[in-house]
Amino acid sequence: MLELDGLRIEQGDFRLAADLTVAEGARVAIMGPSGGGKSTLLGAISGFVELTAGSIRWQGKPLDPLPPAKRPLSILFQDHNLLPHLSAFENVALGLDPNLRLSAEQRRRVEAALDRVGLQGLGARRPAELSGGQISRTGLARVLLRARPLILLDEPFSALGPALKTDMLDLVEAITAEQEATLLMVTHDPADARRICPEVVVVAEGRAAPPAPTADLLDNPPPALAAYLG
Amino acid sequence: MSTAAAPGAAAAAIVRLPAPPLPWRRPLPLALGLAAGAVVLVLLALNLGALAAVGWRADPGSAVFRAADWAALRFTLLQAALSALISVVLAIPVARALARRRFPGRGALIVLMGAPFILPTLVAVVGVLAVFGRAGIANQALASFGIPPVSIYGLQGVLVAHVFFNLPLATRLILQGWGRIPAEHLRLAASLGFDRRAMWRHVEGPMLRQVVPGALAVIFLICLTSFAVALTLGGGPRATTLELAIYQAFRFEFDLGRAALLALVQAAVGIAALLMLARLALPVGALSGLDRAAPPAPGALLRGLDGAAIVLAAAFLLVPLALVVWRGAPHLLSLPGPVWTAVLQSLRVVALSVTLLALFTLALALATLWTRRGAWVFEPVGLSALVASPMVIGTGLFILTFPHADPARLALPVTALVNAAMALPFALRAVLPALRQAEADYARLSAALGLSTAAHLRLVLWPRLRRPFGFGLGLGAALSMGDLGVIVLFAQTGGETLPMQLHRLMGAYRTADAAGAALLLLILALGAFVLIERLVGGKEPRHAGT
Repeated sequence: MLELDGLRIEQGDFRLAADLTVAEGARVAIMGPSGGGKSTLLGAISGFVELTAGSIRWQGKPLDPLPPAKRPLSILFQDHNLLPHLSAFENVALGLDPNLRLSAEQRRRVEAALDRVGLQGLGARRPAELSGGQISRTGLARVLLRARPLILLDEPFSALGPALKTDMLDLVEAITAEQEATLLMVTHDPADARRICPEVVVVAEGRAAPPAPTADLLDNPPPALAAYLG
Repeated sequence: MSTAAAPGAAAAAIVRLPAPPLPWRRPLPLALGLAAGAVVLVLLALNLGALAAVGWRADPGSAVFRAADWAALRFTLLQAALSALISVVLAIPVARALARRRFPGRGALIVLMGAPFILPTLVAVVGVLAVFGRAGIANQALASFGIPPVSIYGLQGVLVAHVFFNLPLATRLILQGWGRIPAEHLRLAASLGFDRRAMWRHVEGPMLRQVVPGALAVIFLICLTSFAVALTLGGGPRATTLELAIYQAFRFEFDLGRAALLALVQAAVGIAALLMLARLALPVGALSGLDRAAPPAPGALLRGLDGAAIVLAAAFLLVPLALVVWRGAPHLLSLPGPVWTAVLQSLRVVALSVTLLALFTLALALATLWTRRGAWVFEPVGLSALVASPMVIGTGLFILTFPHADPARLALPVTALVNAAMALPFALRAVLPALRQAEADYARLSAALGLSTAAHLRLVLWPRLRRPFGFGLGLGAALSMGDLGVIVLFAQTGGETLPMQLHRLMGAYRTADAAGAALLLLILALGAFVLIERLVGGKEPRHAGT
């Protein structure tokens, strides 16, 4: 269980408060207006944003003192998830050994992860030689390989076309199910939430609300969400 | 992140680069922090130590500021002001022509405008003499009409050489101003039917009012510390700069008190100028917006004027360089032994100086990004590096070390250190923006994956930094190769660098050897730049980013 307990973040004029829990194995979409703090919330959980007050716990243990890499999670950012001068294979392998000194067994596991996301034979390519969808798949292969219990997605598929995005969401759903992982996913698109996330956290007006069932929420949105959805 | 104006913020503004917010800051490893602290201490000691020594030794009682010294102060200010004014006034038509014309070789000409940065001063002087000197082609042309030769030595020579160096710089700065005029304004002017006066009043004039003061100030500041040009083309009671007067007090009178007094005046002038400069918005380094569609071309008369500006500017820059090559080539292989000894000494200085520059740049750049207050400590110290002029620093170091250490033994390390400090602002300006971008894009990814600092340097930063780093170090190598500065205070016979040896040959009127040595120096400076840039920076852009 992920607990955000009395969480407060203040950066200049920006304020965000959160008091909520996410059940293990849940898939939660994070929605709300731009600048409301969706990415900041993920940044706090992943260790890139300092908390002003409160604490974050995973299965009862506080995450706050841990540096980003020690937290039980994988994160994909909106952009820059791959290092441009490394091959797809090496970019995935970073998930096993940041110094890229791999045993034969580890190399097999990297290949298997690439196969699993549909990138057979493309490991030698650099990001510049991959399509947008293939870049997303490479990032997901690394998430798969790291096998952390918590997966955070900060709109990594926002630049993809509708059909490709649907493919990626299905792949995310499959990976999450296989690994029994918990998913937190920032999105602007209600259809994304309906597709793979049974629950939604609304971040608006300085506050992250506790998860609510997706269908109910989107059918009868509260005022802040309604204004955002239009 | 801009904060409200604090005292000193204006001064700091000229020595800090624009910085995007960082999403995550990697903690600075202790060893790196100590290294960066040591670099800051060395730079502060170099400036403040020299100033303190000079202030301690400058005894106004015994060393009276003589009439000749007042003349040196007046000449320093006069030549710097005139150099700045002439360079900028001439640069405006050249920049305008380059901005609104498209012709074959335009790109090459703009690149050439950056070349004086790596051109050794003495090579330029030899080139200027080949055109305007007693036996130069200009006087030969006059003689064929029966007109007596015009002497280049004195104020006119100093100005010609300074304009040779700074016309390209002024052109690049002003060209940048043209590049920043929004395309919409040009289209608007065209659609409203602006004539030349309206164009000048509403578009070009306001842009120049922003750009010209900064360009004037930068060139004025550069020329304030002119030494090598004044040494070779000036001199005498009517054309001596303070830097040159310091050297002469040293070399010919060995009057340390007087040298120190002059150094103190030079330092005061330099600092006063720097403070005035802090009030101006300084031009930034990069050229942008040059390749977009040219504004509609005006009529035939203007086309002719633009063409003339471009041809004259190109000739003014290229003819002296061509003559250096033409006159030097026959003597290149018959150069006397001492010249080759000087080449070896120069290579030693360059090697040490580039090594120091690499360490200084890396330590300061990483410490700037990886500490909370780094952008307020390491960056301004690195970007201002030398507030005191080379001769002031040389004088100070000489005073501090003279009775205890043999100046000849210190010549190499002191020259290399001062050269590294001179090049540091340029190297940092090249590296910091690339480093900031790399950290803004990948610092979080690297932290999320748990890359150690070593792995982060190797896998994330090095591929993105090596090109600007190579450029900065190449610049430093060329600068060090061509520098004629503090070395003249310390080196004795046998310890000369190539520029110093070239100066000796010129002074002894060994014209053929001097021509050969000038070409050799040109080749070595350009070669050092290209070699280091390629070696460190790699052959070509290796990746275009995701």
